[in-house]
Parts: sequence; structure tokens; C-alpha cells
Amino acid sequence: MLAKRIIPCLDVKDGRTVKGTNFVSLREAGDPVELARAYSEQGADELVFLDITASHEGRKTFTNMVSRVAEEVSIPFTVGGGIHELADVARLLDAGADKVSLNSAALRRPELIDEIAAHFGSQVCVVAIDAHCEDGFWRCFLNGGRVPTERELFAWAREANDRGAGEILFTSMDHDGVKQGFANSALARLSRELSIPIIASGGAGNMQHFADAFRQGLADAALAASVFHFGEIPIPTLKHYLQQQGISIRI
Amino acid sequence: MKVAIVKYNAGNIRSVVNALRRVGVDPCVTDDPEELRRADRVVFPGQGEAAGTMAYLRESGLSAVIRSLTQPVLGICIGQQLLCEHSAEGDTPCLGVFPGTQVQHFAELWPGAPAKVPHIGWNTIRNLSSPLFDGVREGDFVYFIHSYCAPLSPYTTATTEYGGVKFSAAMRRGSFYATQFHPEKSGAVGERMLHNFIHLCHD
Repeated sequence: MLAKRIIPCLDVKDGRTVKGTNFVSLREAGDPVELARAYSEQGADELVFLDITASHEGRKTFTNMVSRVAEEVSIPFTVGGGIHELADVARLLDAGADKVSLNSAALRRPELIDEIAAHFGSQVCVVAIDAHCEDGFWRCFLNGGRVPTERELFAWAREANDRGAGEILFTSMDHDGVKQGFANSALARLSRELSIPIIASGGAGNMQHFADAFRQGLADAALAASVFHFGEIPIPTLKHYLQQQGISIRI
Repeated sequence: MKVAIVKYNAGNIRSVVNALRRVGVDPCVTDDPEELRRADRVVFPGQGEAAGTMAYLRESGLSAVIRSLTQPVLGICIGQQLLCEHSAEGDTPCLGVFPGTQVQHFAELWPGAPAKVPHIGWNTIRNLSSPLFDGVREGDFVYFIHSYCAPLSPYTTATTEYGGVKFSAAMRRGSFYATQFHPEKSGAVGERMLHNFIHLCHD
């Protein structure tokens, strides 16, 4: 049976992870490769690395980091941030990434999804959507949630699906960082309306929230950052909890 | 031990190189027929689309080379699909190493739409019957990412169920081995399979 996936997300700046961690096993805090290996050993099903560097030099550092992760880690990983064109995708896949995650670039030029699907296959193309709910209207945002667009979440997700996205990574800006659970009703609607897998993001505060994202939100995978990085929820504990709840999990 | 990876117009070769290095071999990536024939093991990996990759393999002459190989060969993902007789993706005649096998889209196998496509993530393998799986347990998880699959056939050596339908998670005919999942992305279980492939005793 296909397992629900647990995905830690790492923000990377100038080749170093930004958020602190309390993994005692790490020789060097902030090294993305060490952290990736630790998560892999704990049972993470996939990893996501987001490049939050702005500079050209930082991009090169990120690409080098992707190569090192690919050399050392034997689980799939997705990279996002700073992807504007096909050449960026080729560079990151060549470095060993399994998938790329598009956000603002896809909203600015949706044809990029078609191009990636045609050149590399749908399976490498994750479309990330940041949205905020205003009076029942889920508005999509650009630039890490700073710039509002006229796009509506469900219509945009449908378009991304039809253009050839392989997965949707949906972050509710209203739930992100609040630790009160994922946006389960919006997630469930996405899951019912789309034919591709949905990754839930934003809102994880306790283990029950993950179970709810899978049961009520019908999510195929759940992504979180701080609860994992700060050791609030150890992945093995989470996976045993979910398994006891009767959710299909890889142990 | 010389391990060659078939170089062609499909992605994800880098991951296979990395994984083979982790199990202690340094593979070469080549499209040179002589080098492929001389290798002790050949890996035929990839992600991609059937029609375009088959067209490339035919035009480059690699299709005949692959079919004629006698050492152990491991096809991965699209590699398994291309070793079949035919793929519904682009209505493509394939290499025919597994005679009579027809690769289909999940949607063609299902009544209705019971599950998402692509089939992405960790799923279990069962009915294991291949030396590739020495030390691998029934129900172990491996990583899949695909929309097309090979139905069960006499060549099936592992099965996986998705959307209520069982398909060939792995196949074998003689010295040709293949997996629909990605051993190079399947953690310790996958590395065990790559190790087994390298250390196969072949007559």
C-alpha cells in the first residue's frame, strides 16, 4: 500500500541551513548534507531544500550543495527557489535533484510548467502555491507570500495540473507558523478536484495535525520545518503514532 | 568489476551513478557499444517518455546493442518499460526483451479513478522471486514515481498494488533484470538490491 509521506523542509542560504536545529548527532550544525543524512536515517520519506539566497554566487553554492546531497543521501529530494527558466531546472537535475519546485516563476509564466513537463517529465515538476484566504477567496501570492495576485487557489492548481505538474505543494499562509494544524478543508478540496498528489504545508504543531492532514485533508504527503528542526516532533515517534492511527506509513 | 550505465536521452542518470558509488563501484556512463558489451554489468536507468527515448535508442543503434547484451542488465523505471514489448505511451514499440508485455497507463487499468497519477512515493513490494531481492523482505518499501506500468506477466519477480490493481514492480528474463521503482532512491533496501545486482552469480 502506498505510504503517506513525511517531508522535512530545509531553508538554505549561502549553502547553510537557516533555521537552527537541536540534532545532537550533528557534527556541524547548519550543514545541509549532515542534516539531510540525519533526516534520512530517522525515516524521512523525502526532503525539500529551498534556496533563499538572492545572489548569483549563492546560487552556485546551492547547486554544489545539491550535488553533495545527491552523493550522500539515498532518498528523493526536491529543490526550489530561484528557478526561472528551463536552464535552471536542467542545472539542478544535473546536480542530482529528483524534482524541482516552482512557485513565483510559474505564476508569472505558467508555460514554464508545460516546458518542464515536456523536457523532463511531469514527475520532476512540483508546483508550490502560497495562498491566503480572504472572505472565502483563496488568493495566491508571489515572492514568498509578499505580493498578492489575482489568481485563485483552486483554479490555479487545476491549471497547473492540466499543464503537466506532477504534484501540488500547497502552503496556507493563514496556517503557516501558527502551529494549529493544516488547512484541511482546502487541502481536501484540492485532493478531490485534482488528479495529482497533494503535499500539505503550513501549520504542523503536533502529531495529531499530521493525522488530520491525511484523514481530513486527504493529503498524500505532509511537509513541515520547525517541528522537525527543533526536535519538537521526532520523525520516528511521529511515524509510529501515525501507524497506530491506522495510516499507511513507511517504518 | 566494470559497471556501465547506458547513456541516452533520459534523465536521472546521476542518481544511479551516486548510488552505485555508495555500494562500492565506480560506474562509467557510456553510449559506446564496445564499452557496453565489455562491461560486467550494465544499468539501463532513466526517467522520461517512451516514444522519444525509443526513437533515440533506435537511431543511435543502442536498441540493438542492449538487446544483444549477455551479461546481467538492470533496467530501472523507464528502463523496465522500454525492455517490454510495447508501451501505450505514444503507442511505442519497445525492445521486446520481455515478449508480449504491454506497458499501460494506470488510468487504462482502473475502473474509474481510484488513486492519483503519477504514482509517487513509497509502496510495498511482494511475491519476491529474484536473486536481486536476497535480504529484502516481503512488504519492504521502495520508491516509485511513474504514470505507466507493466501488468503482471510470466516475467514478474515482484508485485505492487496501486489503486486496487497489481502490476510488475520488478521483472526478469534470463540475464535481464528490471525494476519499476528506483532502487537508487530507496534507501538501504534499494542499496541492498544494487549490491545484489553487482554480486549476482551468473552462469
